[in-house]
This record gives sequence, C-alpha cells and structure tokens, in this order.
Amino acid sequence: MMIKAYGDTLNDGAVQLSFTLPVASGPKADEAARIYTGKLGFEECEVVHSNPLSDDFTFFVVYGKSATSLDYSKVVVEEVETSMDFYEVNQFIKEKLKRKIVVVGACTGSDAHTVGIDAIMNMKGYDQHYGLERYPEIEAYNLGAQVKNEDLIEYAKKVKADVILISQIVTQKEVHIHNMTNFIELMEAEELRDNIVVCAGGPRVSNKLAMEIGFDAGFGRGSYPEHVASYVVEKLFEKQRK
Amino acid sequence: MESKLGLSADTIERCRSIAKEIVNPVQNYIQRHTTDSVERATLRLLGADLINDNGVPVPNIIVSQLSDKIQYGVAQYYINGLLKLNCEPDELNRKIAGGLDLTELDMVDKKYINEKGQELVETFSQRVKLHRSFRKEKIEKASDAQPSPLLYVIVATGNIYEDVKQAQAAAEQGADIIAVIRTTAQSLLDYVPYGPTTEGFGGTYATQENFRIMRKALDETGEKTGRYIRLVNYASGLCMPEIAAMGALERLDMMLNDSMYGILFRDINMYRTFVDQHFSRMINSFADIVINTGEDNYLTTSDAYEKAYTVTASQLINESFAHESGMPEKLMGLGHAFEMNPNIKNGFLFELAQAQMAREIFPEAPLKYMPPTKYMTGDIFKGYAMNTLFNFIAKATNQGILLLGMLTEAIHTPFMQDRFLAIANAKYVMNNMGDLLSDMEFKTDGIMQKRAQEVLGQTESFLQEINEKGLFDAVERKMFADISRPKNGGKGLQGVYEKAASYWNPIEEYLNGELGIQKGMM
Ligand code: B12
Repeated sequence: MMIKAYGDTLNDGAVQLSFTLPVASGPKADEAARIYTGKLGFEECEVVHSNPLSDDFTFFVVYGKSATSLDYSKVVVEEVETSMDFYEVNQFIKEKLKRKIVVVGACTGSDAHTVGIDAIMNMKGYDQHYGLERYPEIEAYNLGAQVKNEDLIEYAKKVKADVILISQIVTQKEVHIHNMTNFIELMEAEELRDNIVVCAGGPRVSNKLAMEIGFDAGFGRGSYPEHVASYVVEKLFEKQRK
Repeated sequence: MESKLGLSADTIERCRSIAKEIVNPVQNYIQRHTTDSVERATLRLLGADLINDNGVPVPNIIVSQLSDKIQYGVAQYYINGLLKLNCEPDELNRKIAGGLDLTELDMVDKKYINEKGQELVETFSQRVKLHRSFRKEKIEKASDAQPSPLLYVIVATGNIYEDVKQAQAAAEQGADIIAVIRTTAQSLLDYVPYGPTTEGFGGTYATQENFRIMRKALDETGEKTGRYIRLVNYASGLCMPEIAAMGALERLDMMLNDSMYGILFRDINMYRTFVDQHFSRMINSFADIVINTGEDNYLTTSDAYEKAYTVTASQLINESFAHESGMPEKLMGLGHAFEMNPNIKNGFLFELAQAQMAREIFPEAPLKYMPPTKYMTGDIFKGYAMNTLFNFIAKATNQGILLLGMLTEAIHTPFMQDRFLAIANAKYVMNNMGDLLSDMEFKTDGIMQKRAQEVLGQTESFLQEINEKGLFDAVERKMFADISRPKNGGKGLQGVYEKAASYWNPIEEYLNGELGIQKGMM
C-alpha cells in the first residue's frame, strides 16, 4: 500500500514545516526559504509566515506538498513485544524460572535524572503501574543516578544479578551512546555479558539503538515496568533452556 | 495587604517563626565552620586566579598546600606571600602556578598581613560597588525600566561563542534575562575550570572567562536595544561560593543559589552545602545579585499537587537562611513551578492558587516562576498551550522572574526558534491578559481559596515536623523530595573544617560588617 502525508485530500502529500535560516529577514529570505523547501523535495511551497530572530537569522513556517510516497507494507519495526502484566510476570517467574530473579538498575554516568529509572523500579511505580520493587518474585535494587558503570557492575556481581537496567536521559553530543558503549565494553571485559540480561531505557533510547550497541533490548518513552519485566523473564527463560 | 485568598496572617507568621527555629541550629553550625570552597572563594576575591600546567586552579593549589592550616583561614598565607615577595596578586599567582609553595615562607608580623588584607578587601569592594552602580544606572535609564515579570530564557549549546549568538538573538527578541546553563556534572567538580570553553554536555562550563565573554555580549545588545540584559549562572555544587565570587567580580545579575538543592539533587554533603550557601549568599547580597532558589525541583521529582506544601516550606526555609546572610527580600527570587499533571481537573485553578499564595506570603520577593517541564511531551502543540496558561498565571499573580517554557522541552535544549516562540507567547499574554486579576476577586471559600488555605495548613504541620526532628535529621529521613541523604554521606564532607579560635578571613569580616550580620552564636 503506497501512502503519502495527508492534509485534507488523500495523497495530497501536504506537510507543515518550521525552521530557521541563518540570513537576515526580508523578501529575499522568504524566497530563499521557498526554494530551500523545494530542494527538500516539496512542491507548491508556500512561506506562510516569517519573522526575524536577530540581524542574522529568520524563522519560517512553510507548507509544501511532497510527491514522495512510501510502501507501507515494507515498513518493519523491531519492537519489544509486551505480553504480560504484573500478575502474569510473577506467575511466569514462579512456574517457569522457579526462583526469584535479581534486577539491578541505575541511571549511569554523569546523568542525574532519576525519575525514569524510578518509574520502572520504585515500589510506587508510575502512572498506576507498579514498579519492579513491588513484584514479589523480583528482588530489585535501584542504585539511583550518577552511578559509574564500574560501580554498577561491581554491585551487580555482589548481588548476583540476573538483569541490569540502565537509564540514559541526557543525549546531547551523543553522551548516552558513549556511556552505553562503555558499559557493554566493561561487561565484556568482565566476561559477564553472556550471563546477564542487559536493557537500556530513556526517551531517546530505541530498541534498535540499544541492540546496535550490544544491549538485549531498549525501552523508549512511554515504557512501563511490566514491559521490561515481561521481556526479561522471557529472555531469562530462553537462556535457561539453552 | 489584604489576602485575596483569605490566608491567615497569623498562620503565615507562625510558619515564618518555625522556619527560623529550624534554621537556627544549622546557622550555629555554619558559623563555626569553613570549607575548601569558602577558602578558595575568599582567595579569588583577594586576587587569586590562573591555573598551572595541569589545569589546576591557583586557589585549589593554595588550599591543598595549606591542607593542615585551613582552620586558621588561608587568606593570611596568601597575603603573607604577597608581602614576602613584595608583589601584587598577578605576579604571586604566576609564581604559585609555577610551583611556589606558600608554606615555605616565614610569616611576617600579623599587623602587616592585616593591613595588606584591608587593602585587598578595599580593591574587591570598589570593584563590586562599581558594578552595582553601573547596573543600577543602566536599569534606571532603560526604556522600560523594570518590566514585570522579567522574561528569562536559557542558552545551553555547550560552546560559549555559540551561546553568545543565541543569547544576543533572544535578548533582541525581548528576553530580559539570559541564563547560561552549566554543563552536566560541573556541580560535582571540586574546582572551577579556566578560560573560554567550547565543549559541554547539556550546558556550558561556568568559567570566569565565559562570564566575561557573555557579559560583554549582553552589554552590547543592551546598548543596542536601550535596555539592561541580565546574566545568570549557577552558584551551586561543590564550588558554590567560588562561582558566587566570580559572579560578583564579573557583574552577573542573578545566581541560582539554593540552600538544599545540592544535598537533595546532586548528593553533595549537607554540612558542606549549608556552610557554602551561607558564604555564597553573603557575596550575592553584597553584589546586589538576585538569587534563584530551586523549589521547582521538588515538583519534578514528586507529585506537584500532593507535595505543593513542600515548596512553600522550602521557600520559607530558603528565606530564613537568606536573612541570616544579610540578604534583603528584593534579592530573594524564591522558586516555584507550574508542574501539575495537566490531566487533573481544575489543575489550572490549583496552580493559580499556589502562585498567588507565594505572592502573598512573600510580597517583597521577586519570585521565580518555573514553567511546565515534567509533563511536556513530544506534542509540542499541546506544550505551547500549556505554556500559555503558565504565562497567564505569572502575569496575573505578578511573579517577578518568568522562566519561559519551551515547546520542545521534552526533546532537546532549545533551538533559536523555540526561544523566539516562547517570547512571542509571553509578550502576547503579558499584554492581553495583563490586568485581568487585579480586576477580579477570588470567590470566598471557592476552589482556589480553599486550596491555598489547605496548602498553607499542610505547610505549617510539615515545618513543625521538620523542626521536631531538626533539619539535618529531616533530610536524612527523606522528608524532602522523598530523597534520603545521610549526614556524613555525599560528596565534599572532607572539605569541611571547624574554625580555630584564631580563624581569620578578611572578606568575611568585611561582609559581616557591610551586611549587618551578627555572629552571636559562636
Ligand atoms: C525533571 C528533569 C530534570 C530534573 C531531574 C530530577 C530527577 N530527580 O530526576 C533536574 C532539574 C535535576 C534536571 C537536570 C538536568 N537536566 Co533535565 N529534565 C527533566 C525533565 C523536565 C523531565 C524528565 C523526567 O523526569 N521525565 C519523566 C520520566 C518518567 O520520563 P523518562 O525519564 O523519559 O522515563 C521514561 C522512559 O524514557 C523510560 N525509561 C527511562 N529510563 C529507563 C530505564 C529502563 C531500564 C527502562 C526499561 C525504561 C526507562 O521509562 C520511563 C517511564 O515511561 C526533562 C524534560 C522532559 N519533559 O522530558 C528534562 C531534560 C531530560 N533535562 C535535560 C538537561 C539538559 C538537563 C541538565 C543537563 C541541565 C543542566 N545543564 O544542568 C541537567 C542534568 C544534570 C545531570 N547531571 O544529568 C534535557 C536533556 C536534553 C538531551 N536530550 O540531552 C531535557 C530533555 C530538557 C531539555 N529540553 O533541555 N532535569
């Protein structure tokens, strides 16, 4: 099925854009914005608004139509499937894994944002979804924020963790990628990578990105504790059977 | 002033006096202690500067040379160096950076040290007084002397030269205040980096050179637009007093400076923070720098509806600590925020009640109002609508400092156009809804009056509870932001020292005198 952006008529390809160009405002700037939008692949471009931001920058709102279309049936996403809820996860652990599992989590590196990892781990949970600490079959340790990768791994060894969860919120200059990569390298150096399930999460962390770096899975915005819980128990079960 | 919210003046008075009781024992501790960073700030104000080949700042070198003498105050050893080598600070700084060890010099008579100390204090004092009068004059001459609220935006590219472009553009669009956000984790550095910087994560290093670069740029834009553009940075973290010192020297106009933020949100040791915040605030008071406190953080960490009273309680504690530093109300930018879940019914009414309540409890304080952040999402259009409601409350309740919300808050540090849209929104609201509230009254026993009265009541019980435990224990027992910080935990405790009976600090002495601070409790 071929699709295009929709304004008010199917396949009109209508798109709304806003951006800044590093030029002084005026008729020439507006014309530049129109041509530029054309080069982006849009037709019938219309600069509906422009405003100077300073002597050297101008902001534009532009509408255009794009002839580009996409075959929707060819789109693939790798999403972590969520299957179980709180009760089912606990049931699964009891019946299939037959022992409590140990989960250690932290927001690592210089990142000080605790709310995301707390949402996943704390008793209280998030948005009426219980956190992992509340799961009777999970022994959860939340180390908080600004935890060094080394310290997290050390702690995981101490409590014999089955799962490590890391949270990365700050992404400017790809700081999360450096930090996540460093974590995986350390895990490999310690020869722990194969024994422990590792997941990453954060608003800019996709499953795809996390897997590319070497995590088992990644969880983006809108994740709930049961999403990661059901993923890890199934993953552990799979490992156990091997 | 009659309370529009029907708040009891007696309850407010009681809350204030409990806050004072909470602060008293802490203040007693503060008076008896100094820290590495208080000493380094003192050195900076006396003229210490520069770094050595390894990037270690001269104030840090001095403090580590004198590690066993800090309880006497390090200023005398620096001044002794000036006298012994018969030179001015610039030259001594170079020598120390080159390897000179101050502990190897014999001490001259205390009388001369005293004299030279007075001379250096005088230089510092003249410099800051000049800044004060310059600022005052510019603000008085400005075309729109004191717009209210002042529009505050953030720049955070990581590169000071890029920041300058963004800041100048924002100022031209109508921003009154520019804050240069600090890079991630600077608060945990136990030294202040040096020189201009172009690499930072989520913000730009606070260095004295960066302060100078941005100050100059904003003065230029101020001249061009006939206004005075205020500059903000962060006196927080392990170097809190040093940043305050640099701000005073380079004419910053505002400083984020909370009495407990570092403890709760950055895991800095509580003793260290309490001592540091006091000295920082003395410097800020003297330099006429408005502080911004960080109550908004309670609401991003806990639920804003449930925990509204923690904001009011913290504001009262911050106010009390600030009084102890000789700070007048007009410099107290006490913080609060519009952070309730947008899905709760009548959330806007509760936010309005809270903001009006802050206005009534602190009539003279400028009040720093923070925008929605926690419930901002990728839906930038809804975010823009939320910011409009927020702007309205700010204007209606006469907040002094309005930190503008960015429609892209949940996505990235602001693009230039994001700031422009935020300023355009604010200006529209300021003009269009400006006098609405002065033309309206709150319904007696209506939703908003009841809400404010309830929160004030909760504030009183909360303060009582803290007072019973004592502030140190209250922090340890998770009473703020659900975060527990052990008294001897966190970073920086090893840099706290009990002052010897002969402790000498000429800057502190001078500021105590200027600000009328009583040291009674020692
Ligand atoms: C609250 C907040 C803060 C608070 C944090 C308080 C605390 N105790 O955590 C404070 C004020 C301390 C703060 C500081 C800073 N912040 Co901040 N902050 C935010 C804010 C407003 C909300 C974040 C939040 O709590 N979201 C709610 C939670 C529930 O969502 P979440 O974190 O996305 O988590 C969910 C999912 O991502 C996922 N998830 C997250 N982690 C994990 C882990 C696992 C294992 C799993 C399975 C799932 C998962 O599940 C969660 C639930 O669904 C955001 C803006 C925004 N609206 O997002 C900025 C934001 C994240 N901060 C930002 C910045 C830059 C900073 C600072 C660097 C600013 C500075 N220069 O000082 C500092 C960081 C200091 C540091 N060392 O890290 C930027 C990041 C930009 C970027 N993309 O890099 C943002 C986006 C704001 C902005 N537009 O500039 N911040």
